[in-house]
Amino acid sequence: MKQKLFTLGLIAVVFTLVISACAPAAEAPAVEAPAAEAPAAVEPAAAESNEEPVAEAPAAEAAPVEQTAVIGFTASLTGKLNVESTRQNNGFALWMEDVNEAGGIKLADGSVVKFESKFYDDESNKDRVQELYTKLVTEDNADFLISPYSSGLADASAVIAEQYGKIMVTTGAASDGTYQKGYTLVYQAYTPASHYLTGSLDLLANYDPAAKKIAIIHENDKFSSDVATALEAYALEKGYEIVMYEGYDSGTTDFSPIINKIPADAEAIMGGGHFADGQQLAKSISEKGVTAKFISLLVAPPEPTFAEIGAAALGIVGPSQWEPLAAFTPDFGPAGADFATEYTAKYGEEPSYHAAGGYIAGLILQKGIEQAGSLDPTAVKAALDSLDMMTFFGRIKFDVTPENHGLQIGHDMVYVQWQQVDGGLVKQVVWPLAGKTADLLYPR
Amino acid sequence: MNLVTIITALIDGLLIGVVYGIAAMGLNLIWGVMKVINLAHGALISLGMFGVYLFFNGMGIHPYLSLIIVAALGLLMGIFIYYIAIARVINAPHLSTLLATFSINMIIIGLGTAIFTTTPRDTGFSLGTIEIGPFNILGTRLVAALITILVTALLYAFLYRTNTGKHIRAVSNNRAAAELMGIPSNRILALSFGIGTMLAAIAGALIATFFSFTILSGEVYELKSFIISVLGGLGNPLGALLGGLILGVLEGALPLAMPNTWVPVIEFVLFIIILLIKPSGLLGDRK
Repeated sequence: MKQKLFTLGLIAVVFTLVISACAPAAEAPAVEAPAAEAPAAVEPAAAESNEEPVAEAPAAEAAPVEQTAVIGFTASLTGKLNVESTRQNNGFALWMEDVNEAGGIKLADGSVVKFESKFYDDESNKDRVQELYTKLVTEDNADFLISPYSSGLADASAVIAEQYGKIMVTTGAASDGTYQKGYTLVYQAYTPASHYLTGSLDLLANYDPAAKKIAIIHENDKFSSDVATALEAYALEKGYEIVMYEGYDSGTTDFSPIINKIPADAEAIMGGGHFADGQQLAKSISEKGVTAKFISLLVAPPEPTFAEIGAAALGIVGPSQWEPLAAFTPDFGPAGADFATEYTAKYGEEPSYHAAGGYIAGLILQKGIEQAGSLDPTAVKAALDSLDMMTFFGRIKFDVTPENHGLQIGHDMVYVQWQQVDGGLVKQVVWPLAGKTADLLYPR
Repeated sequence: MNLVTIITALIDGLLIGVVYGIAAMGLNLIWGVMKVINLAHGALISLGMFGVYLFFNGMGIHPYLSLIIVAALGLLMGIFIYYIAIARVINAPHLSTLLATFSINMIIIGLGTAIFTTTPRDTGFSLGTIEIGPFNILGTRLVAALITILVTALLYAFLYRTNTGKHIRAVSNNRAAAELMGIPSNRILALSFGIGTMLAAIAGALIATFFSFTILSGEVYELKSFIISVLGGLGNPLGALLGGLILGVLEGALPLAMPNTWVPVIEFVLFIIILLIKPSGLLGDRK
């Protein structure tokens, strides 16, 4: 009996000890919590201080409350998306360095926010993305999210952002589909796929309003077909006549049979797919002596190696999310040339549009937080909804209709054309006019 | 659609068909002589492409001169592959040789991807366009077709006019009997594999003069080679050329009448029909 009582007593003592040992630990976050809430407490003071000169708050000015916002994302450090994702990651890191070095962002309450990033390797794998974003939100307490590179991975990550009520800027992701799912907190930095070639029609109309006959030849994968469908709809709406609409299988190398079908009166050829087929298509068009005056192809033309096909590249137009030489005049953030110089100095290569996409994602968040004057998601969301800015990347504005919330509608693709300068082939930006470096070579 | 378009399509088809033919010939010869399905065929075609690319773009050697070097290297490489990977399993069931050549394929593709990446390459070589009346014929394709015909003629002369050629045919016909007659069958098989590989390399080298390519580009021609071989007749090099021409003309002409994505459907339907009514192929031996 005594023995039993002793055991019970011992258990009780151990239990009490355990409880008391746990208590401070359990309270610890509670202590932190007020600290996190501090800005809220400061707010009224800040509001008051607005009414009179800040004379009374020298202490606050000398050492403004500094807080750190965590930006979470995954990067494809390994796997097939490694190259593009690493560049995007570099671009983002550069933004963070810039903003932190500039002293962070001053909020309305007088506190200053600096940024730190938390990221994991998603191995270019969709399945890892959702798991890791959940971890970023629940364990790493990320305040804001950036998407991974590529439409597929970004789409997978967007669900998590929405579920946990976190604002996400997607970059490196052009698919329209993500923004048609009723999300309210996901914002797209890239021009959506549906607009990849519509700008080339505007470009054509600008130089030759009389040209009306378009041949569309596109790769039969989802991305290129979507682009072609959107292009066709836009062309019909603008009064163009589609004289040919033909898909080809991915991996096609012999384009002669398709080119033989192009009607002789076609004035423009648009379409393409990815790099290899686009390059071969351009080459075959030239070899076959096709007389169309304007040719605009997806993906391939902006790549430097496109020029390997020599004279066949001359006059070919292609859309790019961004080009280092695009001469936009930004009203927010660095100028394109400054970004390019800084990036090249740090990473030893000229920035691609993937790198610019990484930087711009940070810049969008920065503008949103600055305008909101707080880190509160609702305020930042309101700021992003009304955002309309010109950056070195181009214009940024989001669709706020419930059907397409977050879809990028301000940013235009930059259209490059290979032109002959001093006997060599160089890329020139020909559209939009705000960023052009040369007039369109027309007819090509 | 006018007559000019149709004739242009036929010319294009014939010119590309001849090159398909030489690609298939290598596969066909190896099967015919040693009953080995060479799954590394596509990878070897790719190596031929890169061979010309490296010699021409890297060292400035004219593509058609590079072609001769590539062909010689192809021959040596084929003999090397035979002794390393095939000779030991030549008498084993077909699955073993299939796996052996598949391994070679994976090794070439793996190394090729690591060295060259999968970024498309282009030699940027051009011979301009020859205009005959209303028809435009690409110089590089015309030369490729002529070289193919020359190589086929040389191959025939070799197989039917030389002693070694006779040995190859003898081994192909009945290996045991050939050995009893004192023909060194192992050396003949090595040479046959070498010639098959050489033909693949030549095909690749010719294709590289007019198409962009990656280390994976050979796969397309490997698949076509299988169809062509069955169509023309397994084991018959001339059948391969005929099969190639048929495939080329179909690919050139059919898209004029239908969306080009339908072409493979028609091709494979034809493939099945040939298998049903003449399983040995158009020029195949009746066995």
